[in-house]
Amino acid sequence: MTAPLLSLRGISKSYGEVRANQGVDLDVAPRSIHAILGENGAGKSTLMKLIYGVEQPDDGTVAWQGEILSLASPAEARRKGIGMVFQHFSLFETLTVVENIQLVVQGRKADLIDRVKALGRDFGLEVDPLADVHALSVGERQRVEIIRCLMTDPKLLILDEPTSVLPPQSVGKLFETLRRLRDGGVSILFISHKLDEIRAICDRATILRAGRVTGNVDPREHDAHDLARMMIGRDMPEPMPALPRSGGEKQLEIVGLDYRPDDPFAVPLSNISLTVRAGEILGIAGISGNGQSELSALISGETRLPREATDRIFMMGQDVGTFGAAARRRLGFAFVPEDRLGRGAVPEMSLVLNSLLTAHPLGLKRHGLVDRAKAAAFTKDCIRQYDVRTPGPEAEAGALSGGNLQKFIVGREIMLAPRLLFVAQPTWGVDIGAASAIRRRLVALRNEGMAILVISEELEELFELCDFIQVLYHGTLSDPLVTRDTRPEEIGRYMIGAHSAAAKALA
Amino acid sequence: MNAIEFILAGMLAAATPFLLAALGEMVVERAGVLNLGVEGMMALGAVIAFIIVYHGGGHVLGFVAAGLASAILSLLFAVIALGFRANQVATGLAIGILGQGLSALFGKTYESLTVTGLPKLAVPGLSEIPVIGGLFVQDAAVWLTLAATLGIWAVFAYTKVGLVIRAIGENPKAAHAIGYPVIAIRVAAVAFGGAMAGFAGAYASVVYTPLWADGMIAGRGWIAIALVVFGTWLTGRIFLGACLFGAVSLMGLAAQATALDVPSQLLSSLPYIVTIVVLGIISADRRLLKLNGVASLGEPFER
Amino acid sequence: MTAPTTAFLPTLVRRERASLLAALIAPPVALAVATALNLALYVLMGRDPVAVVHAMLLEPFLSWASFSEVLLKAGPLLLIAQGLAIGFRAKVFNIGAEGQFILGAIFASSIPVWFPQATGQWIWPLMLLLGAIGGALWASITAFWRVRLNASEILVSLMLSLVATQLLNYLLLGPWKDPAGFNFPQSVMFQYDAMVPMLFAGTRVNVSLILTIVLSLAAWVFMQKSFTGYKLQVGGLAPRAAGYAGFSEGRAIWLSLLIGGFAAGLAGAAEVAGPLGQLQRSISTGYGYAAIIVAYLGGLHPLGIIASAMVMAVLYIGGDNAMVSANLPIAAVRVFQGSLLLAYLVAVAFVRYRLEWPRAAHRSPS
Repeated sequence: MTAPLLSLRGISKSYGEVRANQGVDLDVAPRSIHAILGENGAGKSTLMKLIYGVEQPDDGTVAWQGEILSLASPAEARRKGIGMVFQHFSLFETLTVVENIQLVVQGRKADLIDRVKALGRDFGLEVDPLADVHALSVGERQRVEIIRCLMTDPKLLILDEPTSVLPPQSVGKLFETLRRLRDGGVSILFISHKLDEIRAICDRATILRAGRVTGNVDPREHDAHDLARMMIGRDMPEPMPALPRSGGEKQLEIVGLDYRPDDPFAVPLSNISLTVRAGEILGIAGISGNGQSELSALISGETRLPREATDRIFMMGQDVGTFGAAARRRLGFAFVPEDRLGRGAVPEMSLVLNSLLTAHPLGLKRHGLVDRAKAAAFTKDCIRQYDVRTPGPEAEAGALSGGNLQKFIVGREIMLAPRLLFVAQPTWGVDIGAASAIRRRLVALRNEGMAILVISEELEELFELCDFIQVLYHGTLSDPLVTRDTRPEEIGRYMIGAHSAAAKALA
Repeated sequence: MNAIEFILAGMLAAATPFLLAALGEMVVERAGVLNLGVEGMMALGAVIAFIIVYHGGGHVLGFVAAGLASAILSLLFAVIALGFRANQVATGLAIGILGQGLSALFGKTYESLTVTGLPKLAVPGLSEIPVIGGLFVQDAAVWLTLAATLGIWAVFAYTKVGLVIRAIGENPKAAHAIGYPVIAIRVAAVAFGGAMAGFAGAYASVVYTPLWADGMIAGRGWIAIALVVFGTWLTGRIFLGACLFGAVSLMGLAAQATALDVPSQLLSSLPYIVTIVVLGIISADRRLLKLNGVASLGEPFER
Repeated sequence: MTAPTTAFLPTLVRRERASLLAALIAPPVALAVATALNLALYVLMGRDPVAVVHAMLLEPFLSWASFSEVLLKAGPLLLIAQGLAIGFRAKVFNIGAEGQFILGAIFASSIPVWFPQATGQWIWPLMLLLGAIGGALWASITAFWRVRLNASEILVSLMLSLVATQLLNYLLLGPWKDPAGFNFPQSVMFQYDAMVPMLFAGTRVNVSLILTIVLSLAAWVFMQKSFTGYKLQVGGLAPRAAGYAGFSEGRAIWLSLLIGGFAAGLAGAAEVAGPLGQLQRSISTGYGYAAIIVAYLGGLHPLGIIASAMVMAVLYIGGDNAMVSANLPIAAVRVFQGSLLLAYLVAVAFVRYRLEWPRAAHRSPS
C-alpha cells in the first residue's frame, strides 16, 4: 500500500461531558474516495472540523504526507492542500459567486471568472459566476462551494453529507464529478450515513459509532446490512405497519394559496393546495430552500395572511388565514418546528418553563400566574413518556442534546392532544433508536385518528410514514401522490422540477 | 446673501460631523457590530482636540489626538462587547456615558473658551458661480472628509477589504470557516469607527463652532447612528443624508435671521424631529432594510 | 492572511449551565472594580483619595439627614429602573426614560400651573396619575414607531428625550414661566395640596417612596410569577420561540414601553410634587440615563434593582458631597456611572462563560 496522504492516530475531542471523538485512527490513501460512515451524533462532523483546522484535538496526532501537523485554522489547512465543503454552506448570500470565490482565492476578478468557467466545464459544475448567491438553488450553491475549494488546488477534499441537499438524479452527477476529481489526483473524504451511496462510490470506509472507530473496510465487499450493524451496533429497527384507513374529516385544507414574503431572500409561494384528513399522514418532500420554511410559518400562524386573502387556509373547518399562532393552537393545532433551539424551545430557560411555551392552556397557569407545580408535573410526565435524557425538569433546554430536545418538543406537542399535528423534520439530528421511536409514535397517532402533516428532506422517512406525498419545488406544490403506488425516483423528478417541465412540454 | 445661498454655503461644514461619525459607524455596522457609544466618543474627541488646539498644538495634532483618544475608547467597547460578548446595546450606552463624563471632566476648566477655526479654501472658478458657488468654499477638513467619503465608497465597491467586511457582517460563522479572523477584523472596524467619531467631535469643537461647552455634541452622535439606517448602509446615501441634516441644522439659524415667529426651542428640536420622521419612513420599508441591512448586526460571535 | 497569534490569551468557554454564584457576585465585584479604577483616576487628577472615599461612600451614611437624601434620590431611580428592566428583559430598549420623566413632570405640573388656587387632598394623587399617563403617552410614540413603522426604539426614544428637553425649555421660558419669578425659567411654586405628603418629619422623604416600594414588589410578581411576564421574557430571550408559541411581538413592545413610560412619568411627577415643588429646567439630573445603569446593575431583577438603586443614589449624594469637600467635578459621577456599567457587563459575562487558559501544548500527557 502506498504511504497515506492523511493519517490520524489516537485523535480525541470532548465538549464538556460529551466525548465526540475517542482515539480515532484514520488513513486516507492518495487518489481515493474514502467514506466516513456513522449515524447522527457519531462524531463525523467533529472529526472533519479537526482535520480542517476549525477545531483542535484534545489529544492525538495528525500527519499530512508523512509530516506531523498542528492546524490552527482553516486557512492553514487550505495552504497545506485540504479543502472542505460544508453541509450547511459557508457562502455569503448577498455576494455574487465570483465575490465569494475572491474571498478565498487570490487573483483578478476577470481571471477568476475564466477559471470558474473552465472548472465548470472540466468537472460538470456549471454555474454563472456573476449571479448573486441568494438567487441560486441549493444544488448550484453546492457547485459553487466545490469550485471554490478546487480553485485552491487541494489534494484532499472533504465533503460533509453532500447528497443530503440533492435530489436523487443530481446525486449521480455529483458522483461523476467526484470520480473525475479522484482520477485527476484529488483524494476525497466523503461523510455520509447513507449506505447505498457509500457502496456506490467509495474505495474505503471508516465507520464511527459514538465517537470511536468500529470498522475500516472496503464497502464494496460488505452488504448494506453488515455496514448498518457496524454503524448502529445492532440490527435496524422494524418500522411499524400503518393500518389502512382513510376518509376522515378534513383537519387542514389549503386552497390555491399565493404568498409573496416581505423578506427579499425568502421564497414566494404560488398556488399551494393540500388537504390533511383525520387518520392520515401527508408528507411534503423537497430539497430545503424551496419554500418549506415559508409554508411552515404560514401553516403555523407565525406568518399571517393579509386581511384581503380569505378562504385560503382552513383548520378544523375554519378559515384561519388571519389567525395568529395562538388562535390556531386553540383550535387543536400543534407544531414541531424544524429549529429546536430558539424556536421550539428557549435555550436559556428550564424544561419546566419550556413546557409552558405551548402547554400553558393545560391548566399550567392560574389567575394569570404560572402554576409551577403543575408545570413541573407536566414536564416530568413528558420526560418519562418520551424518554428524554436529562438531569431533570430544571435543566436548561440548551444543555440537552439535539435528539433529546427533539424528543421533549415532540412529546410536549403530542401531549397537547391536538387534532392536527404538524411536524417539520421529525428526526433531524436524532439517533436511529430515537428516530424510529418518534416515527412509530406518529404512525400510532395516525392510527388513533390524528391528522398529521410532515415536512422532511429524508425521502426514506416519508416513504416509511406517509399515506400521501406532495413535493415542494420552487414555491409550488405537486399534486398528492399515493405513497404505496409511487417510486422514489418519481418523487425525485418532482424535486428537481423535471416533472412539471415535462408536463408543460406535453400540454 | 439669501437663505438658500446661506444654507448651500454652510451645508457641507454643518454636515461634516454627521458625515464623519456616520461613515465610521457604517463600517462598524457593516462588520456586524452595533456601537451606540458614538455620542460619547464624539464628545471625548471634541474635548481632546479643543484642549490641544487651545494650548497651541495646532489643528493637525488636535485631530490626530482626538482620533486616537476616541479609538482607544472604542477599543474598550471592543474588549467588552466582542471579547466578553456583552450585550452590545448596553456596552455602547455605557461607553457613551463614560465618554460624555470624561469629556466634561477634562473640559471643566475650558468651559465656554474659544479657538480659531480653519481658513476656507476656495476652488478657483467654481466658487465664482452664482448661488451654488458657496459650495466650493470650504475648509481643509471638509475637503478631506469628502475625499474620505469617496475612499470609503471605493473600498466597499472595489476592494477585497470591503468584501471581507461585508462577508463578516453577513455571516461571521462562514467567514470564520473559510479562515478570516472575525473578531480581529471586527475590532479593527470598531477602532476605525471610534477614530472617525473622534474626528467628527474634533471638527465640531475646533473648526465648526469653534468653542468648548459641556454637552455641545447635542445628540449629533445619535443622529449619525440614525443616518446609517437612513442611508441603508450605503456610503452615497449616507452622504446625502448628512447633507440633509447639515441643511436642517442651518435652517434654524436661517429662520431666526428672517425673524419668523417660531419658538427657538422648536427650531432646536427640528433635527431630532426630522430624524424621528425619516426613521419612520425608511424603516417602514422592511424589504429595503432587509435587502441592504447587515444580517448579524449586534449579535455576538461565538464559534 | 494568517490568524493572529492569540495563543497566550485565555478563551471564553460557555458553561454547561448559568452560574448563580457568578450572577450574585457580579454587581459587588463590578462596584469594587469601578471604585478602584475611579479612585486611581482621582489620584491622577491630584485629589486626596481618602477624602473622596469619605465624602462619596461614607458621608451619605453618617447622618440621618444625608441618608434620607439617599432615600429621596433612590426613589425616582428605582421607579424608572423597574419599568425599564421589564422592557430590557423583553429586549425592548427604551433608553428615552429621561424624556418620559420630563413629560411626567410637565403633565403633573399642569394642575398647579393652571389651577394654582385649587385645594383638596385629591390634587397630588391626581398629579401623580397625570404624570404617569404623560410618561406613557410619550413612550407610546416610540411604541407606535417601532410596531407600526419598524423603527428602532433605541433611536426614537432617545430623540424624543432631546425633544422633551426642548419642550420643557419652551414652557419654562414661555407660557408657564412664573410671572413673579424674576424671569427665572421656572414655574410658580406649587400650592400645599399639590405636594406629596411627607413621610418622615425633618426630611424631604415623602409618601411616593412607599408607592415605589409597592410598585417594585408588583414588578417582582409580574416578572417572576405572572404568565404575561413570562411571555415578555420569552420574547426577549428567543423572539422566534415567542412567535412560534403565538405571543404577540407588537403587544410585548407596547406593554414594555407603556410600563416604562408609566413608571418614568410617575417618577417625574413625584419629583415636581415632592422635593422640587415646582417645574424647573433641572428637574432631572440624568435620572433617565442613570436608571439604565441601575436596571442592569440590578441584574434586571426587581429585587436586585432595589439594591442597585440605593448604590446609585449613594453615588449621586456622595458625588455632591465630594464636589464640595474634595473639589471633585460633578462630571466624575458620570464617569463613575459609565465605568460601573462597563465593569458589570464584564463581570456578568462569567454567568454564562468561564475563562479557559491555553495549555502549553496541544498534546496533554495521558
